[in-house]
Amino acid sequence: MEMTGAEIICESLLREGVDTIFGLPGGAVLPFYGALSGYPKLRHILVRHEQAAAMAADGYARATGKVGVCSATSGPGATNLVTGLMAAQMDSVPIVCITGQVPRAAIGRDAFQETDITGITLPVTKHNYLVMDVRDVAPAIKEAFYIARTGRPGPVLIDVPKDVLAGDKIEFQWPDEVDLPGYVPPGAPDPRQARAAADLINRAQRPVILAGHGVLISRAWDELRELAEKAQIPVITTLLGIGAMSTEHVLNLGMPGMHGMAYASLAIDRSDLVISLGARFDDRVTGRLSDFAPGAKIVHVDVDPTEFNKNVVADAPVLGDLKASLRALIPLVESNVHLDWIKETDTLRAEHPSLFIRKSDVLLPQQVMKQISDETNGEAIIVTGVGQHQMWAAQHYGYKEPNSLITSGGSGAMGYEVPAALGAKVGRPEKTVWSIAGDGGFQMTLCDLATAVENKIDVKYAILNNGSLGMVRQWQDFFYDKDFFATIYSGNPDFVKLAEAYGIRGIRVTKEEDVSGAIQEAMETPGPVVVDFVVKEDEFVYPMIPAGESVHEMLEEPEAEGVGFERA
Amino acid sequence: MNALSTQQHTIIALVQDRPGVLTRVAGLFRRRGFNIASLAVGASEQKGLSRLTFVVTGDQYTVEQATRHLEKLIDVVKVSNISEEDVVARELALIKVRATPSNRSEILEMVNLFRAKVVDVGTRSLVVETTGEEDKIDALYDLLKPFGILELMRTGRVAMVRGKTGGRVSDDVGADAIIMGRNGAVAERAVSSAPGHYEGV
Repeated sequence: MEMTGAEIICESLLREGVDTIFGLPGGAVLPFYGALSGYPKLRHILVRHEQAAAMAADGYARATGKVGVCSATSGPGATNLVTGLMAAQMDSVPIVCITGQVPRAAIGRDAFQETDITGITLPVTKHNYLVMDVRDVAPAIKEAFYIARTGRPGPVLIDVPKDVLAGDKIEFQWPDEVDLPGYVPPGAPDPRQARAAADLINRAQRPVILAGHGVLISRAWDELRELAEKAQIPVITTLLGIGAMSTEHVLNLGMPGMHGMAYASLAIDRSDLVISLGARFDDRVTGRLSDFAPGAKIVHVDVDPTEFNKNVVADAPVLGDLKASLRALIPLVESNVHLDWIKETDTLRAEHPSLFIRKSDVLLPQQVMKQISDETNGEAIIVTGVGQHQMWAAQHYGYKEPNSLITSGGSGAMGYEVPAALGAKVGRPEKTVWSIAGDGGFQMTLCDLATAVENKIDVKYAILNNGSLGMVRQWQDFFYDKDFFATIYSGNPDFVKLAEAYGIRGIRVTKEEDVSGAIQEAMETPGPVVVDFVVKEDEFVYPMIPAGESVHEMLEEPEAEGVGFERA
Repeated sequence: MNALSTQQHTIIALVQDRPGVLTRVAGLFRRRGFNIASLAVGASEQKGLSRLTFVVTGDQYTVEQATRHLEKLIDVVKVSNISEEDVVARELALIKVRATPSNRSEILEMVNLFRAKVVDVGTRSLVVETTGEEDKIDALYDLLKPFGILELMRTGRVAMVRGKTGGRVSDDVGADAIIMGRNGAVAERAVSSAPGHYEGV
């Protein structure tokens, strides 16, 4: 059957198994929306701001492992996607964005709502397309999905001029395969590389595994556990690697780095081998590079060759898909017990109780996260933005399952938590989804509460409300002479009334004894709920390794000294 | 090789001949802070593919990162660092030099000496065309300079591995070049690998 470009897009999306599109229409993309209304299998979720479309697609992708899809119109619609694209690019999340463009003849003439979105998004996409011929529409979509989900995943944008969407009709032909001679995602590793890595692992006395997002992307959590248990190697999970191993597992030492567990950072410091699995040695993990793991050799397993020697030189690089690489490594790694080393890491845990929450008359945000963890039995999906709330959510929630923390890691985008939680819940409706926000980030994207209401997306929104940009305030307190300039929010709205204005339940909590009741009430109430936890204004995230410093400059919770370790 | 030494590296990339491919390449270099000393583009022997020759200035770290990032671009089919290979490298230059009836023969003498040629004769100037390695062009330029250079146009280096060596360069910069990592170099690891020291962000 002959079809327009817009209809070809819809057909192609069905072929790719798409069920949901987050978007907001406008003039140039309208022909696509005209076709979309005839495809009820493609659920369109209308957002209130295009940034939410990109971030919801991102949350959907992280929660499901599938490619998330969003759409926007030309010009401002497309540029509003950019922060969401950056978040997906930094954290290797597969999304495909379809944008409308002005008609071909108008391109380059500063037409109404014209912008060079393929130019603008070059640094924040894995690849992008400007499709100038209706015959290229189907191949571009096939390629875009393939590129987005394979190798190191990432966002792909497809820009389609209005007259390609609504111009000539052609016979729809779905390509059998992609034609990308310049793109060959690595599969199994070179056996020599696996051998060299295994030799280092077998010789190590004090090894640690640094498990990153790659473990989750490659769905290699079983292999991770197998390797760790076989050779009794402590596992440290980066912020994006949280969930790769249950926090209840005895070998899991938690998150390292700037606000990581002191014992995790110290274990890396004392190790003789760091086995990095799909992690990228971010500065939040390493601190000052010259002091990072000074006595350790590095095994670096990654699907992206540009990661090798980027921040840390690998003694044994292994290029390959992580699951395939671990499958190759495990038989080569000898069983071991590392008894002295495991004992030493246990002692570190006992001496540095990083999860200690002190007594307080004022509600502490850590208590809220701990209670949400207890009330959901560590089985909810937690979605955060960036800042103090993010770190407390990473620290005090007991993640049991893969892909249960969805957070704006590399990009550090405030406001990510509101729309990404929508995407996560749409992708996994059977899960309880809590969006954890600060009052700052929440106000960046709260307009999309309306999207939750309109589409009956049952997300529970917790605001850890300290009336300020908490993390920035903490830096001002520690490093900028307590000059709290431009970080105090004195004009915040009443979040409970705001929730009510959207027609949903709003709950305010100011005392510790009311926390668990409010969490239960939120979860028992059908539909979205906003819980405004009014927490201590000047609480700090500990531990903290200041930027550019090392584990030796780490600051720990002052009151935690002398408190014994209590295993969760 | 001293990882911190800065030198010129010749990199050849085979790219798909698509709109925007040069922007992708140039944008990548700017974004990652790699310096391009020269860049030459043209058709290759294969339809739909162009060949680019870059000269990148930087240390070993920079050139490794640059080649791998290039390789990662979807439209880039193959990247070869031919700096260590036996290559033929050439550049073409057009030099417009001020010339008067009285010194024209003197200029022509130099042009002949360099096996260059005059491709345009005006009343007050000559356009000289020359091909060769960069230092030959530099030398001719220096000799013509006293007459007054009105305009200079250089293509940048194009390079090719010589046939006698088999003409094959590593197909896979990403894997083979780093196959064994840097065993035993733990002590200097972080310092030598860092792209210059930077304070925390």
